[in-house]
Amino acid sequence: MATLEFNGKSYEVDEEGYLTNLDDWSHDLGEFIAKNEKINLTEAHWEVINFLREYYDEYQIAPMIRVLTKAIGKKLGEEKGNNKYLYELFPEGPAKQACKFAGLPKPTGCV
Amino acid sequence: MANLPKSEELSRVNYEMPKKVWSKVETTFEPGTYCYGEKAGPVGILGLPNPREWDPADPDWKLVPDWKETMNKSFKTRLERFRSLKVFMDICVRCGACADKCHFYIGTGDPKNMPVLRAELMRSVYRKQNTASGKLLGKIAGAREMTEDVLKEWYKYFYQCTECRRCSIFCPYGIDTAEITMQARELMHEVGVGINWVVGPASNSFMTGNHLGLKPHAIVNSVESLLEDIKSITGVTVNPTFNRKGAEILFITPSADFFAEPGIYTMMGYLLLFEHIGLDYTLSTYASEGGNFGLFTSHEMMKRLNSKMYAEAERLKVKWLLGGECGHMWRVVHQYMSTMTGPASFLEKPVSPITGTKFSFADSTKFVHIAEFTADLIRNNKIKLDKSRNDHRKITFHDSCNISRGMGMFEEPRYIIKNVANHFFEMPEETIREKTFCCGSGSGLNTNEFMETRLKGGFARASAVKHVQETHGVNLLTAMCAIDRAAFPSLLNYWTPGVDTSGLMELVGNALVMDGEKKRTVDLRDNDLLLPPENSSEGSHV
Repeated sequence: MATLEFNGKSYEVDEEGYLTNLDDWSHDLGEFIAKNEKINLTEAHWEVINFLREYYDEYQIAPMIRVLTKAIGKKLGEEKGNNKYLYELFPEGPAKQACKFAGLPKPTGCV
Repeated sequence: MANLPKSEELSRVNYEMPKKVWSKVETTFEPGTYCYGEKAGPVGILGLPNPREWDPADPDWKLVPDWKETMNKSFKTRLERFRSLKVFMDICVRCGACADKCHFYIGTGDPKNMPVLRAELMRSVYRKQNTASGKLLGKIAGAREMTEDVLKEWYKYFYQCTECRRCSIFCPYGIDTAEITMQARELMHEVGVGINWVVGPASNSFMTGNHLGLKPHAIVNSVESLLEDIKSITGVTVNPTFNRKGAEILFITPSADFFAEPGIYTMMGYLLLFEHIGLDYTLSTYASEGGNFGLFTSHEMMKRLNSKMYAEAERLKVKWLLGGECGHMWRVVHQYMSTMTGPASFLEKPVSPITGTKFSFADSTKFVHIAEFTADLIRNNKIKLDKSRNDHRKITFHDSCNISRGMGMFEEPRYIIKNVANHFFEMPEETIREKTFCCGSGSGLNTNEFMETRLKGGFARASAVKHVQETHGVNLLTAMCAIDRAAFPSLLNYWTPGVDTSGLMELVGNALVMDGEKKRTVDLRDNDLLLPPENSSEGSHV
């Protein structure tokens, strides 16, 4: 089992660096995981991450991209409610990278 | 896909044979060439043996001490239970007709991906245990013991086969290497050796009813979001029901159609069609998955996951089942269900409430494919279509392995495409219909860590797509399978950028002229439509 060392504590992660235990996540740990992928989290990133976590809290799954873009569009204005905006923030893809920073598991199945 | 080699590099396949005899070539596990091992969580949920954390790349696989005895014993039992396996072990004459027909061999050049040699990985063990010459002469007779090294070789190469069955149609004896792969995977599962991308979705499906692990309220929320989009694009209000008792038909589709792009556009197509014809149907938040990863685990698991759809049909007291654009769900229902669980005699023989057509094809399973259902509607002139709304698309059709070779369905999707779109172009003949090339990601291999091998496996298919892109300007590949819809966007973006992926019903949804709709300016995924030409009845180009 792979682990991630942060602030003198060790956290279980899967092969691709996703946290194994949801409860391990914290604001600082999210920032640390992002830094490891050379991304400094800004307010704009946090808008997305917070939305993902709220959605996950309610539905126990990360939202599909279209739900995410619509929600971001409603909140931050239509010019930001699109994939392009999200990919600028999370170059590896909002589903994969933003979920990782938010401490959510990666999706499985025919996706 | 950050660390992938460039396509020029990946397309330079080395077909030179190794100097050593195949059985002496060591099995290695470099990143990108294997899928991660199954994890303790889902293995435990499914009640499979030896739940543990392990890594196929580690020398120690943490096997149970008696794994070899378990496997040998089960192999013997299987040879008695499955006559086909015994025959397939015995009758190969190594003519080599299959050798260059596998997409993984074409893309990797690794001789162990020749179907004949893939099967030999198992045949050699079979001979040692079951033939006089193998027992007496061992290696000279091509026989070998099951060892940990052999197990590792099995793991690597039986998970570099997508069970697509292309090789089987070229075999003069009709040997189905997919069946051999399935048996090998089942044997490995019996000793706790499998991949997580198979047991993960299988356990999700067992727990929540679908691969993604969507809970009922997540499914409803997702469909509601699609209804909003339908309303804004077409002006039409659609009101599907969930878990409604007494509906005539239960509609089941892969969960990716509820939740992932581009499957959601296919979902919008279903919803529009059912609204258009006033179908009395319901969706289920429990039978919320067509796919059945039990097919890649064991007969027992396949049976278990298949039966939940029928349990729900019985609970809701529907007459029959209508199924969406899934691949292996149809393989299970069409090829295995009748002998696995027997006919669904508590349901009625399916009859279209709109046309009165009897779907005698589904008399036993009571499960009708959406393409057959829709083609029948078109043939009877029951739906109103405007082909020009797909004029911005130059379409090619990919025959999904399980629908074409597994089910024999070739004409219905083509008939539908020609009726909903003006620009349709076939890929070369040796790459379509029963000779179709796999996407390279089927049978549970569509996982990210395996991307490099998936791209190699999909090289043959993508090359045929590139051909129609270059000759006809094709910009859309349509396929009736959720794994295809998940796999092709990455595959085509890598090998032949500029070709999108869609399901069939998305095209139908674009073309459907709904009662009370507003003038459409965009398609279901918000792309601008071309202005309709003066005369849209030009016919299709094939």
